[in-house]
Amino acid sequence: MRRSGSPFTGTGIVLAKEAADQLSGIRMVVIETLVFLIALVLAWFSTTAIRESIGQSPFLFLRLLTMAPDPIPFSFIDTVGLVTPIIAIALGFDAVNAEFNQRTLSRILAQPIYRDALLIGKFLARLLALAIALLSLWLLVLGVGFLRLGLPPSGEELVRMLGFLVATIAYGGVWLAVAFLFSILFRAPATAALVALGLWLVFSFFWSLIIKPLVATIIAGPPEDIFGPNLAYIQTSQVLDRISPNTLYAEIALALLQPATRTLGPVFISQLRGALLGAPLPASQSFILVWPQLTGLIAAMILIFAIGYVVFQRQEIRA
Amino acid sequence: MTGEVVIRAEELTKRYAATLAVDHIDLEVHAGEIVGILGPNGSGKTTTILMLLGLTEPTEGRAAVAGFDPLREPLEVKRRVGYLPDSVGFYDGLSAHDNLAYTGRLAGLSRRDIDERFADALAKVRLPDVGRERVGTFSRGMRQRLGLAEILMKRPDIAILDEPTATLDPHSTQEFLDLIRALKSDGTAVLLSSDHLDQVQRVCDRVALFNQGRVALSGSVTDLAQQVLGGGHVIDVEVRGVGVRDRLVGMPGVVRVQVMGPQLYRVDCERDLRPEIARLLAPSFELTGIRFAEPSLNEVYTRYFDEVRHAA
Repeated sequence: MRRSGSPFTGTGIVLAKEAADQLSGIRMVVIETLVFLIALVLAWFSTTAIRESIGQSPFLFLRLLTMAPDPIPFSFIDTVGLVTPIIAIALGFDAVNAEFNQRTLSRILAQPIYRDALLIGKFLARLLALAIALLSLWLLVLGVGFLRLGLPPSGEELVRMLGFLVATIAYGGVWLAVAFLFSILFRAPATAALVALGLWLVFSFFWSLIIKPLVATIIAGPPEDIFGPNLAYIQTSQVLDRISPNTLYAEIALALLQPATRTLGPVFISQLRGALLGAPLPASQSFILVWPQLTGLIAAMILIFAIGYVVFQRQEIRA
Repeated sequence: MTGEVVIRAEELTKRYAATLAVDHIDLEVHAGEIVGILGPNGSGKTTTILMLLGLTEPTEGRAAVAGFDPLREPLEVKRRVGYLPDSVGFYDGLSAHDNLAYTGRLAGLSRRDIDERFADALAKVRLPDVGRERVGTFSRGMRQRLGLAEILMKRPDIAILDEPTATLDPHSTQEFLDLIRALKSDGTAVLLSSDHLDQVQRVCDRVALFNQGRVALSGSVTDLAQQVLGGGHVIDVEVRGVGVRDRLVGMPGVVRVQVMGPQLYRVDCERDLRPEIARLLAPSFELTGIRFAEPSLNEVYTRYFDEVRHAA
């Protein structure tokens, strides 16, 4: 059966309203404050450390993002990797169930729009809010670095940092889609938030530590055999690891922000033949290296959103 | 029933797994008509409304609303229908204006139309000074009126109101019913779902009584009374004097006489005895009125469901 009219009728109106709600709400104020503090503290300590060792690296701005400056035990990318999913979940956990709970859904859908427009508009508005938060963070760090180091980033650094920003938005988009899906599945926003945070905890802490080694051992045998490391185990382990969006994001950050990174899997002697150890790859080569991870994150975001989309289309809208 | 048919449902059915929520119903609403749909909770009223709006898919049957199929052309239907859901919800953090401006834009109104119609609609629903206030501060009654203002802003051909007066006080209810009558006088067809039988009786031209997903009875209240309370005639007699009741009881064809007030008698007759009653009473008493009694929808409703229970 074919329905008349475009499924996107009204998407722009929903997007504009939802984006205005997100950007003017107290939630965004909290997120922006968090972003501001993180950027300021990390950039300050990192630039202090870099100023003492200037000239040691041609990629000062990349070091700004990757070093863990004393006394802070984690780097900018560690912090962003931790904070981005939390921001994304905070933006998405009540996206749809709030409409049921406020009894606004039937009134809105009684207007000449399809459910598609409502869902797409809501998701894009939140993705936009997330992108604005991350762009602010990125610009703040860049600005503080520029002021404190007295140097602009090189073109190569800027391209790599832009790639990192896009990857961070895609990574946040995955967790936003997860929170969005749970906001469709669960009518109670607290349940949706808890389940999304639980899943994030599983991927952040338990996946690599417990689940991955256990499953890899069952599939490919023990990590080491009599000849040394078990290659089948390493490869299985890597496949399992890459189910986690956290791993995909960490690999992208590693390859883009540490230009000397030549591979994201096990390294064989044959791969190192003729290589100058520590020599940086051109940005284009680093992008080729992370292309599967980047497209994987974007595909995961679209897939999870699509699942939520199908579930929402089948739901009864009466409260 | 003068206008064209604006809502037509034929064999409309909705099944949820093993539950038959709406069971092959037929329904017609004409332009400028107010039709009430009644029935106990879970009898299929809201599901029928949602199917007519294209918000839920029928399992069987078809419908046409304003000449369009809600299943295939829901946007066309929704452009022409204003809907006030049961316990209408708004975005509490937004003002009344911003809430209605949002749905107005979704309905395709220009910014100018929205601003012009908003003030007019708010004045009509007696909320003239709250346009810039947050809806979070509104009482339930105010929200309900704001919901009606949204419909007035849209200026639809058809208004579908689901339990619109459920949360209103008696004074607000009366005002709300006046607004519904005003919609009718503007040529808007109204489909009104309500549990308040007296209100339905006051405003509706016709009534459809839902029971277990089916339209059990439909027609005017008098038609329903004929079907449920029987084919007899009930006549109200307004007369002054002593001994009226005894005179009436003794008349051939009179089944029962009830004293409804100091000068009001309700006479159950086997046939239309108005001329005979007038001839009998006029010489000896001061007869001020004689007419068919308005049957009570409440009585019809209660009797019908009593019979259903006894039959079960």
